Amino acid sequence: MSVPEQLRYSEEHEWVAGLDNEDGIVTIGITAHAADALGEIVYLELHSGEGDTIEAGEPCGELESTKSVSDLYAPVSGEITAVNQAVIDEPKVINDDPYGEGWILKVRVSEEPGDLLDAESYSKLIEES
Amino acid sequence: MPADDTTAKRTPLYDVHRELGATIVEFAGFLMPLRYDGETAEHRAVRTEAGLFDLSHMGEIFVTGPQAAEGLDYALVGELSTVAVGRARYTMLCAPDGGVLDDLIVYRLAEEEYLVVANAANTATVRDALTERIAGRFDARVADRSDEHALIALQGPRSQEILSRFTDAALDDLKYYAWRRGRVAGTDAVIARTGYTGEDGFELFVAADDAVAVWNALAGAEGVTPAGLAARDTLRLEAGMPLYGNELTAEITPYEAGLGRVVKLSKPGDFVGRQVLSAYAETPPGRTLVGLVARGRRAPRKGYPVVASDGTTCGVVTSGAPSPTLGKPIAMAYVDSGAVGGELAVDVRGRREPVDVVDLPFYKRS
Repeated sequence: MSVPEQLRYSEEHEWVAGLDNEDGIVTIGITAHAADALGEIVYLELHSGEGDTIEAGEPCGELESTKSVSDLYAPVSGEITAVNQAVIDEPKVINDDPYGEGWILKVRVSEEPGDLLDAESYSKLIEES
Repeated sequence: MPADDTTAKRTPLYDVHRELGATIVEFAGFLMPLRYDGETAEHRAVRTEAGLFDLSHMGEIFVTGPQAAEGLDYALVGELSTVAVGRARYTMLCAPDGGVLDDLIVYRLAEEEYLVVANAANTATVRDALTERIAGRFDARVADRSDEHALIALQGPRSQEILSRFTDAALDDLKYYAWRRGRVAGTDAVIARTGYTGEDGFELFVAADDAVAVWNALAGAEGVTPAGLAARDTLRLEAGMPLYGNELTAEITPYEAGLGRVVKLSKPGDFVGRQVLSAYAETPPGRTLVGLVARGRRAPRKGYPVVASDGTTCGVVTSGAPSPTLGKPIAMAYVDSGAVGGELAVDVRGRREPVDVVDLPFYKRS
């Protein structure tokens, strides 16, 4: 299962891109491992929209697949600056391209919890699960 | 991926599934393909063309002898003595208290030989119950030969056309719930027109050693898509077919499940559960298995409470999923019989999602 080197990961299987960006805006999605475990995602519900704030470690949405439902956790705290309407309209994009077209949120980070994993640690985590 | 030290069994097709890139899960003590490329595409392939399933985890139990028919009439709720050679019947094994121990398809292979096909998780239960109820009491033997057999299903509207290219057996006059012997891809098979998808289709019983050859021949045919357990579950749910462990359990009677018709109280002689089941047949059950269609996009799931308009819990969901064919979430649930006519909702993780009660099945092939 692919775990891109340049991303950071939460233990709840979200990825974060762009933590070093100067504008402080990161992109968030779920990992290929999570998408595969869920099965085909048919519905994505976000508890908040653009302009709302999310808090690291708290559920900020739900992902419904053919087989199950699971929470989407905020990997960082901050203000939502963009929601990917394409995955709201066609959630299967998350399965097809979890690290690219399947991004879910962009967030202006107010606080990074400091416990995000690098690719190596996350790979270990999913190997053990 | 399951750990290597798992004690789960492998079907004869395990390596084939791995080569096809299947996501493997442990199900009923077997390592089984959950999906290959995507369960929705697999589901649609079965509805429009044909899907190929490995069902080798299921149990094959043979009941043989001069009194095999009488023995099964006593052990099961159906009247298997009236099944003609060449035909099959859906029936159940019930406990003395009327609870369902398994639902079964029984094929009459010869005057004195039946094949009982059990759910994988219940093979040992069925074998033990049949042995206890038949051996010693009737002149018949019970033998679990699950390991010697593979079961491969080809399901979908194009099944007959596709299978006919690989067999010498006539298929056009093979009726639903009938079987005949034939060669499939060069090996001996029992070809049965049975299935669990709501489509036309065939189930092929072959020797375990022949499974890979039969699978590879059919999987290579134009129009055939390998399909995993995930698609099998949504297909049977749309078809309103019960799954043991969900709609059927030892705490549920056939009448509650809406399957009272399989209990043949009119058959002569005693059978296990007769006394209790006759009483259940006389009284309307307190709960009823219903079909639900959600008005919103959230799917009811197994275990979610069904709530009435006053907020009281009046039932529980047994199976639920987004239906690929209907494009809406569907579910089956046990609901207090008095509440069935009212406004119902399902508690989806703390939120009440309104649902409509509909007649089963959700999907019927045209």
